[in-house]
Amino acid sequence: MKFTLDWLKQHLDTDASATEIATTLTLIGLELEGMEDQGKAFSSFVTAHIVSAEQHPNADKLRVCKVDAGTGELIDVVCGAPNARTGLKSVFAAPGTYIPGKDMTIGKGNIRGQVSNGMLCSDAELELSDNHDGIIELPADAPIGVPYDQYAGIGGVVFDISITPNRGDATGVYGIARDLAAYGLGTLKATDMSPVPSRGPSPILPLPQQFSADEPKTIRRFGGRYIKGVRNGPSPAWLQQRLRAVGLRPINAIVDITNLVSLGWGRPLHAYDADKIVGQPVLRNARNEAFEALDNKVYTLDETMTVIADDLGPLCLGGIMGGVRSGVTEATTNVFMECASWDPDLVARTGRKTGIVSDARYRLERHVDPALTDPGLELATRLVLELCGGEPMEPAISGDDIYPNTVVDFPLSEVKRLTGLDVEPMIITAILTRLGFELTAKGDSFTVKVPSWRPDVTLKADLVEEVMRMVGVDNIPVEPLARLSHVAPRMLTTIQNRRRIARRALASRGLDEAVTWSFISHDEATRFGGGQESLQLANAIAADMTDMRPSLLPGLLAAARRNANRGIDDLGLFEVGQVFLSASPEGQHTYASGIRTGTARLTGAGRHWSGKADKVGVFDAKADLAAALDALGIDIDKVQILAEPAPWSHPGRGGRIALGPRITLGWFGELHPAMAAELDIDFPVAAFEIDLDAIPEPRQKATRTKPALALSSLMPLTRDFAFVVDASVTAATILRAARGADKALIKDVTIFDVFEGAHLGEGRKSVAIAVTIQPSDKTLTDEDIDRISAAIVAAVTKSTGGVLRA
Amino acid sequence: MSLDTQIDTLRSDLSAAIAAAADEAALDTVRVSALGKKGSVSALLASLGAMAPEERKSAGPAINGLKVEIAGLVDAKSNELKAAALDARLRAETLDVTLPVQPAPTARGRIHPISQTIDEITAIFSDMGFSIAEGPDIETDYLNFTALNFPEGHPAREMHDTFFMKPGPDGVKKVLRTHTSPVQMRVMQKTNEKPAAAYLTPAMDPPIRVVMPGRTYRNDSDQTHTPMFHQVEGLVIDKSSHIGQLRWVLEEFLKAYFEVPNVTLRFRPSFFPFTEPSMEVDVQCDRSGSEVKIGEGSDWLEILGCGMVHPNVIANAGLDPEIYQGFAWGMGLDRIAMLKYGMPDLRAFFDADQRWLDHYGFRPLDLPTLFGGLSS
Repeated sequence: MKFTLDWLKQHLDTDASATEIATTLTLIGLELEGMEDQGKAFSSFVTAHIVSAEQHPNADKLRVCKVDAGTGELIDVVCGAPNARTGLKSVFAAPGTYIPGKDMTIGKGNIRGQVSNGMLCSDAELELSDNHDGIIELPADAPIGVPYDQYAGIGGVVFDISITPNRGDATGVYGIARDLAAYGLGTLKATDMSPVPSRGPSPILPLPQQFSADEPKTIRRFGGRYIKGVRNGPSPAWLQQRLRAVGLRPINAIVDITNLVSLGWGRPLHAYDADKIVGQPVLRNARNEAFEALDNKVYTLDETMTVIADDLGPLCLGGIMGGVRSGVTEATTNVFMECASWDPDLVARTGRKTGIVSDARYRLERHVDPALTDPGLELATRLVLELCGGEPMEPAISGDDIYPNTVVDFPLSEVKRLTGLDVEPMIITAILTRLGFELTAKGDSFTVKVPSWRPDVTLKADLVEEVMRMVGVDNIPVEPLARLSHVAPRMLTTIQNRRRIARRALASRGLDEAVTWSFISHDEATRFGGGQESLQLANAIAADMTDMRPSLLPGLLAAARRNANRGIDDLGLFEVGQVFLSASPEGQHTYASGIRTGTARLTGAGRHWSGKADKVGVFDAKADLAAALDALGIDIDKVQILAEPAPWSHPGRGGRIALGPRITLGWFGELHPAMAAELDIDFPVAAFEIDLDAIPEPRQKATRTKPALALSSLMPLTRDFAFVVDASVTAATILRAARGADKALIKDVTIFDVFEGAHLGEGRKSVAIAVTIQPSDKTLTDEDIDRISAAIVAAVTKSTGGVLRA
Repeated sequence: MSLDTQIDTLRSDLSAAIAAAADEAALDTVRVSALGKKGSVSALLASLGAMAPEERKSAGPAINGLKVEIAGLVDAKSNELKAAALDARLRAETLDVTLPVQPAPTARGRIHPISQTIDEITAIFSDMGFSIAEGPDIETDYLNFTALNFPEGHPAREMHDTFFMKPGPDGVKKVLRTHTSPVQMRVMQKTNEKPAAAYLTPAMDPPIRVVMPGRTYRNDSDQTHTPMFHQVEGLVIDKSSHIGQLRWVLEEFLKAYFEVPNVTLRFRPSFFPFTEPSMEVDVQCDRSGSEVKIGEGSDWLEILGCGMVHPNVIANAGLDPEIYQGFAWGMGLDRIAMLKYGMPDLRAFFDADQRWLDHYGFRPLDLPTLFGGLSS
């Protein structure tokens, strides 16, 4: 909210400087957003006297003037204004002066052969009004050579503060002055709001409030006053300047008065042209009807909104904005002035529904002091009489205001309890009293009556805040927060640690960590197994951000596409983040997922003198997944690797990692070519997903004692076997069978060769394994080794249906 | 020819032949011709047997001397030839060591600044005795607003630009959380129920000291706002914590986080529905240059909001606000990351541009700790 220093001083008797006021506003919770001295722009313009004005010899529309600007010599100025005439007093800009209305700096010049050293200015050139019919005409007795801001009393300091939603009382300059006075920056000046005598009965009767008992009713108390025979027209210069200074356009005296009271006292008003009201107006809820508001837009109203309506329909949308039909113009002679009290929540709701942003809504939804309804009407009446004359009729008032009349029991020790600051009881009571609270001592405590303009204050803590903001938070002594006596066992939960570890492990494999949007397009969500309605946003911000993601891969793939469009084809990306399998808390899982594109392999990417990297494939993704699981404490050899690809995966080049029949730890694979085409991806992609929440909580502490290490002094020995099996037999089957042949002695089984060849037969392949046998307590005899070998061959041939290759 | 002459001649001939040997094979030929069974020196030795004892007495040492001398020369030459051969082989094996190697994976992968910042914050607050708490992104309207003292229809709700979820089968009104504050309620609320998922922090009994980082959402998008962003929030609940201690916690945190010896904070009374009294906090800084320097200068930068937890919020959690009190604070994680590391545009955080990630990201093993320094 903006206001001028001059306006503030109407309500606050103070010697404080603008800077001091600015600092204080922020300290007491009325945050200063900006401060500017608007007068500065005018201070280089001076009042001047046109000593002579003669026709320009070479231009019909120009005049050559000799100007006395108080500098002791006459200045030549060529002027095009029709009213530039000998003897006129006007406003002069010397060379070097910035002309705001023209966005230029005036220089010394020569206009059609005549010297011109400056400029005589119009209102428009000073941006004082839109008037550019001629240069400013000052009275004949105006002094010469005086800075124009001083002469005209214009400009001055403008403050811009932000008002928090709880402080409806500070939406008027008067309320701001009250806060500053309470801080000690001056004395609050009272406003005369005493009743203005009436000249007779009102032609408009108190507005009946036509609501049935179960209807929402925005209106509380409606005050109206008929003022007969006003002379409306432009408002006086001081009022126009004041409104312009805070960014409002002066319209006419009556409308300007409503704005003055709204901004000055935080008390919105509305003025109707009484002659345009047809019949007796009433208060009722809107029907499904159209309403053209003063912003010249047509709104469709509904039954949750309250209107002031006459025989022809709505005149004003209650608490929000008036209508065009009954708007006040310069031709208005009879005014009906409204000052009403509204339900803040319902005003807010109507405002949200219609989307109208108005000064009235801003104030009324923040709560306007109910004690100002009737006095506000008197104040408005008095101002109309002062500026426009007229005869006030009797006030037409209906309905009742709601006063919370809050009383709080307030032990002064609360201040110390919540802030840690010792404040003298006398200071506390003085601050609260200056803010309008009424204190009554009651034992060790006080009973505090909250003033009608502070409905936000209902609790002891609210009163502490009032004291605190006047004392200053900076005066609260800083005190260390001692650690709790016990040392917390751990600061991170298992899953939090897993995320950290997964991130560092994957980054260590050359993948960059991405953070992508939690929402993706409905199409992407559906493709990756999501898209259910409960995971859709009701008010998405964009068409491609409608659904909560069921997988991290769509975001990563989109990122890969963007990077490819920038020429980055070999990309390794991962994300550790939430996916949404349902809208309930347990449906949120953290996945660690990654992709490699192009030739971005662990050992290097692209062309290199040591060898060209192959394109990424399923085993790159599997290796990443295995490395991450290992970092998370899961041995890849102890989980099941199943040839059950994820739906996004190439059906023959993808797999699932499981832990028993119920737990899926993740998936890996090459991106399905059809999926790639649909996602507009024309480069190789290998991807994996790990569900970090699926990893079981460790049954024992990680810091438990480890089992004793049994080191054999006997040499391990290795035996190789090759089996010819059906091509569909998985390596995992062979490995599992071989390992199981003698669990005590077989330490490791690796596959060192896989090939297919015509001589093996159609649909057959050869798989060669190396088995490491570790004797435990005695050297193995040849018979022992033969027995183990036979067991291996038997186990593998039995589980695979293959044969030992000769 | 006298024996002496014979020895001299043999010595000079063999020396010359050894010196002339170009490789091990030639040298071996010379060696065999001299010291072999039928070699010239061996023949001379054999002639000793036919000599008179007197003669043998003087000739023996002379011939033996020649044999030792020649053998020595052969050994020396052999070593010389071996060294030369090794030298030649090594020269042939020379590689251009300036050829670039494939960079190690750790030199390519980077940690996102958001994760790094969360780890930094975790390190600092862990040291102060705070643990990390979490809640879901899809939150009930009740926990996001109502329980936190946002009355229905209050303008403060409006200011949050909330994303609403379409209704689900359970009929509960849900939103994407607009702040991390609902986690406060999840931590504080008295309940015997076990959390529905392992990541959800179970309810605690006071004294409570938690920090809550996480993703948050608002329906807003421009230069400085993205519809998804991150916040970190702190909560202290016990029977005595007050604003003086809140000031200490924030000052200590900001000093540690920005790695500066001093910070000056300005507390401005403000309004949040879930705290009373409420304050916004500005940090003194220097904004004259291209980067913001915390801890110096004469500008103020708004950095966080805080206050004493509102009695209604404490009561909504099932605790007695006459007994329990405490404070809470919250700030934009992305924002403090930008301030510390100088990223100019929030939107780039979520674009996953590899060039940006490589430039602003952190090395995988650059793990923030207090003992090693937040950033190495």
